[in-house]
Amino acid sequence: MAVRNARIVTVSGPVIDKGTVVLRHGLIEAVGANVPVPPDAMVVDGEGLTVYPGLIDGLSTWGMPGAAPAAAATTAGRGGRGQTTVTPATPAAPTTPAATATRARGPEDRPATTSWLKAADEISPTDRRIEAARSAGFTTAVTFPTSGIFAGQGAVIDLLSAEKPGAMVVASPAGQYISLSRGGGFGGGMGGGFPGSLMGVIAYVRQIYLDAAHYQLVKEAYARDPRGMTRPEYDRALEGVLESKQILLPANRLVEIDRMLRFAAELKQRAILYGARESYRPEAADLLKKAGAPVLVSLHWPEASRDANPEDVESLRTLETRDKAPSAPALLKKAGVQFALYSDGLDQPRDLQRAVKKAIDAGLARADALRALTLSPAEIYGVADRLGSIEKGKIANLVVTKGELFDDQTRVQFIFVDGRKYTPAAETPGTGGRGPVTERPGVDQ
Amino acid sequence: MTKLRILLAASIALAPLGAQTTVIRNATIMTVTKGTLKGSIVVKDGKIAEVGEKVMEPAGAKIIDAGGQYVIPGIIDCHSHIAVDGSVNEGSVSVSSMVDIKDVINPEDIAIFRALAGGVTTANILHGSANPIGGQTLVLKMRWGKDAQGLIFEGAMPGIKFALGENPKRAGNPQGGRGATVVAEARYPATRMGVEDTIREAFNEAKAYKAEWDEYNAKVARGEHLIPPRKDLKLEPLKEILEGKRYIHAHCYRADEILMLMRVADDYGFKIRTFQHVLEGYKVAKEIAAHGAGASTFSDWFNFKVEAVDAIPYNAAIMQKYGVVVSMNSDDAELMRHLNTEAGKAMRYGGVSETEALAMVTINPAKQLGIDNRVGSIETGKDADLVIYDKYPLSDFAKVEKVLIDGNLYFDRDQDVTGRAARQAEKQKLLDKEKQNQQRQQPPRRPGA
Repeated sequence: MAVRNARIVTVSGPVIDKGTVVLRHGLIEAVGANVPVPPDAMVVDGEGLTVYPGLIDGLSTWGMPGAAPAAAATTAGRGGRGQTTVTPATPAAPTTPAATATRARGPEDRPATTSWLKAADEISPTDRRIEAARSAGFTTAVTFPTSGIFAGQGAVIDLLSAEKPGAMVVASPAGQYISLSRGGGFGGGMGGGFPGSLMGVIAYVRQIYLDAAHYQLVKEAYARDPRGMTRPEYDRALEGVLESKQILLPANRLVEIDRMLRFAAELKQRAILYGARESYRPEAADLLKKAGAPVLVSLHWPEASRDANPEDVESLRTLETRDKAPSAPALLKKAGVQFALYSDGLDQPRDLQRAVKKAIDAGLARADALRALTLSPAEIYGVADRLGSIEKGKIANLVVTKGELFDDQTRVQFIFVDGRKYTPAAETPGTGGRGPVTERPGVDQ
Repeated sequence: MTKLRILLAASIALAPLGAQTTVIRNATIMTVTKGTLKGSIVVKDGKIAEVGEKVMEPAGAKIIDAGGQYVIPGIIDCHSHIAVDGSVNEGSVSVSSMVDIKDVINPEDIAIFRALAGGVTTANILHGSANPIGGQTLVLKMRWGKDAQGLIFEGAMPGIKFALGENPKRAGNPQGGRGATVVAEARYPATRMGVEDTIREAFNEAKAYKAEWDEYNAKVARGEHLIPPRKDLKLEPLKEILEGKRYIHAHCYRADEILMLMRVADDYGFKIRTFQHVLEGYKVAKEIAAHGAGASTFSDWFNFKVEAVDAIPYNAAIMQKYGVVVSMNSDDAELMRHLNTEAGKAMRYGGVSETEALAMVTINPAKQLGIDNRVGSIETGKDADLVIYDKYPLSDFAKVEKVLIDGNLYFDRDQDVTGRAARQAEKQKLLDKEKQNQQRQQPPRRPGA
């Protein structure tokens, strides 16, 4: 298959004003201005069209059965103190056995832990969001189980309409998803089990890493010489933690970014922060730069709740965050922080497009926005050798548009995933191109 | 040459803000430990360099003319829950010593600024009272604008919260009390006997844990190669208590439970550093003094629950008479803003002297927290944590004018008042902008539709 006479935005190299991309066996066979079209190729005429690398959602739940969209970082329990509390996009539905388990009495019970769970083993190819996301230009998602404190390990998946889920997996595992939000309080909260507070969750995570290190020591000693030594018990929670080479930690506010960077250093884990709502603050960019930690910025920009009590007084910080959050990507780019954008519960093409546009309007160069949804997430997850740009030998994931990607009027013409051609699903009728078309379920409630 | 210049630049950048010299002149200085005098205070490198009627004013020093107003040492609150993200209670378990307030410091909690505006410069930030043995605690300075690490009172002994009586026994009880609706299963303990048992059991465990580590350390010292025991974050702080490396701040009301905890402490060989609230402390003041514990109490808050019916406003004065180091605490972000008048109440009830009253919110809590070598009075060599009041500081009418911590100005009433209009305008601008955007996003309404 070949797309010819198209404008090609390779991301890794210069833009080719008029060129050809040749795809074969799901890979990019050739790309360039003067690439000949093989005689056996099915030709798509790209006149007036632009070819981009397929978009990658850096933190997703697409393809996860019954998964709640990634809840954005922690919600502070004691409100009214000027924190920007964020409602998760939809109420978290417990999907794992751990979430419904009986009251945990301490870290030993491994509460809210399914660290062994692998997204690659859980993919549901029939997830309806896959087609919606693909129609918006997404060809790849780094998808995670998101329920629990140690929710499980992610996978880089191609958004194919596959018969077998295994065909979708590009790389696995992609890191351990950690969340810190738990109900809290005097009597424990959330059914009363441990941990019931933010500090409890942090203590739990710390204990798990201590236990994992100890477990490894004991296991190694036993493997060396089992004679005369009590057999160590197999602990799947610790196994899951030990096999995770990187962790995703939630951090929205500057305070949380500071806290989580310190925490990751203490745990000696390579961490990717997600949320990053207050990363528009220069101090946040400084901290991230200094720590050299990559960050995933939520495209779910904070908004005023439509049901808010008009009498409520909001802090200057809350208002400022709502105003400036979309300027974070531009600032992070300028500061030289490695970052990517992620959908955070948005799955309608129009919403995603509008969200990216907000960041562009707030100063992010179009090319950098594209990079933050292609090559940057690929680099963060170590799959830039196969994804993220239009280069010979990489996976044939492409979006072909009429007009500039992320523009209101732009239409996605085709999407190629693993070299397979898809046309976008019909848009919701009656949009007219303006106004909020789709009500995001659960948002602002 | 270049190298030297870089070195020089680096040393300038590293110099703390407090490196500059400040003189507060023309002040009524209530030192707390060295009487009251009219004179000046010289602040150098964040420390009090000189106090006296006549001082050497270093050239180039920043001068603050107090105009005869009062200067007292920064107020210290021995019991506060501000600047914490999330719940202050890990209420799910009866021993929650694995959690640490240090992990959840929120330096952007506006309560810090408000405490500062009430003259508080240092506060003991405690875990809540949902468990017989609660979480780890720490002392913060109200350095508004600094990050979480920047608030921590360097070198102050870490603490832990204990709680006796109704709160810990009701917290996990589905039959009644606060939090009852969210608890699916009962949590032990549900009686005062159970509270004592929980503490004893925890220390039995901690002793065994300590023995395990001591044995391991001894063997390693002898050159043996061993796998270390599992590190248990719940037992680590209890081990530290047994080693005298962590203070216990125990929430309590009734005389019987106070005596109980001292007996437990004696049995296991540790000390209670402070009894918190300790409303019936006056009944057992002699015993508290003999144990060597401090008492941090309310001025006149009473009858708010069944445990508090025997509280009297003379509590602080009586305990003090028996030789207990007494402080007044807030336990509350609002009360925290006027601890000076809480101290004043001890003069009205119990007739303590002006200095003794002031000591209850300065040097006494400093002693209780083991930081009296650094703060709590206006003395040469101590941290320059100073509060300027416009009037007699134990009066209801006194307002805080300026607050210095480590010699740096952290609160200035004039600055705050003049800045209010600008902040309000900025806020209004953001609100208006948001409203405009919302209107723009709404589809135009067609007339008649």
